[in-house]
Amino acid sequence: MPGLFIDVKVAAEAAKDTEIAKKLVEVCAVDIFAQNDDGSLRVVEENLDECVLCDLCIDAAPKGTVEVIKLYES
Amino acid sequence: MRFYEYESKALFRRHGMPLGEGQIVNSTAEARAAAEAIGGPIVVKSQVLSGGRMKAGAVQFADTPDEAAAKYDFVLPIEVGGETARSVLVEAKSPVAHEYFVSVTWDGRRKLPVLLFSDMGGIDIEEVAETHPEHLSRTHFSTILPLSERIAKEAISSVGVSGGDLNRLVPIVYRLMQVFLQYDLTLAEINPVAKLEDGSFIVLDGHVDMEAEARGDHKKLLAELGIGEDETRQARPPTEFELEGARLNAVDHRGVAGNVVEFDGNLGLIIGAGGGSLTLFDAVRKHGGKPANYCEIGGNPSVGKACNLTKLILGKPGVEKIAVMMNVVSNTRVDIVARGVIKGCLEAGKDPSKVITIFRIPGAWEDEGFKILEKYGVEYCDRSVSMYEAAGRAVAKL
Repeated sequence: MPGLFIDVKVAAEAAKDTEIAKKLVEVCAVDIFAQNDDGSLRVVEENLDECVLCDLCIDAAPKGTVEVIKLYES
Repeated sequence: MRFYEYESKALFRRHGMPLGEGQIVNSTAEARAAAEAIGGPIVVKSQVLSGGRMKAGAVQFADTPDEAAAKYDFVLPIEVGGETARSVLVEAKSPVAHEYFVSVTWDGRRKLPVLLFSDMGGIDIEEVAETHPEHLSRTHFSTILPLSERIAKEAISSVGVSGGDLNRLVPIVYRLMQVFLQYDLTLAEINPVAKLEDGSFIVLDGHVDMEAEARGDHKKLLAELGIGEDETRQARPPTEFELEGARLNAVDHRGVAGNVVEFDGNLGLIIGAGGGSLTLFDAVRKHGGKPANYCEIGGNPSVGKACNLTKLILGKPGVEKIAVMMNVVSNTRVDIVARGVIKGCLEAGKDPSKVITIFRIPGAWEDEGFKILEKYGVEYCDRSVSMYEAAGRAVAKL
């Protein structure tokens, strides 16, 4: 189920990168990211609304590859 | 945390208060044996935490062991305030000449313990206070200065007790004050203290409530009294609604959202925490509102936790609307609570703009929270609106 309040978009290239995926899983305190069996990134939709807007994921990934969207601002 | 009568008496006995002969029993045979051992007239008393035993018929008198056994079978299944007996106390029936009331409790306004004494014991003290105020004394005392028998003496004598009765009552009342302070009690009450026909005094019934937060400081006493660490000892057993709230709170370690107490009103409350909850609950009532629940929310609960609490409260039969109110928060994020509450409304199939009467949580991340509330058309206010006024707005929408 997608988030009501928050959406997170990750650039396709970054999502495929297992190192970036590992970092994102590590930094997110509310488990929005997980790794698939092949090491690629998966966004855990049911946890999206728990996002605390800490921006750690944005800082952990190459610039511009992770976007946190506040759906209530649109 | 409330003590059963037999536990209260065990505590009193340790402090040298005069008590009649008695035994706690758990079977008909034990009741008969206890009555035989005591000899003479007997009182058979159900051990429940609720008040109103006498009116419910859960206190009976017997003249013989066989009668005591029959009375045991009679009182055991009786429900008092929805509670059945844990066990039964079989005591000697004392020949009473006069009854007194003594209680020590906490006066929140004065921030001091208060000793209440009346020479009209055995009946509701509220009734005495209303109809015979001159027979009830209220004496505050310090938790810092040394305790003195003089305080007890003044309290007793101020309702006209003098002479030998005064001298015999003073040590009982003084020891009750000591017990209150020593064990962090919120209530220590004896009703009645009886003067017997031979002029001696005896504790006939007693109640003790210990501050729940103080349990850790009195583990030894509680263990000696046989009170288990898992016994919550609330005045009544938790309802399904309350158990579900506790379960929701326990499954997620983040913050607190789920400690609820059930009431029968129509306004669900998502309020917190501590003094703020009490203030808001009282404010709702002051405005004529009827709360459906008390609750505590704080410490930055997750969105999911706030969502589940909202759904629980909205699902309670009779709840028409909810009010979301807190004091100014620093350790709880406004936007996270806003998300959780709105999500809870939507998942419960309700329109947040219609079902949330007011959202008054000022503090950390409030600008972000207010954006969310605006998006969903929920009425909100900041700290310029008092908790009292916010409660009034909530009640006005019902």
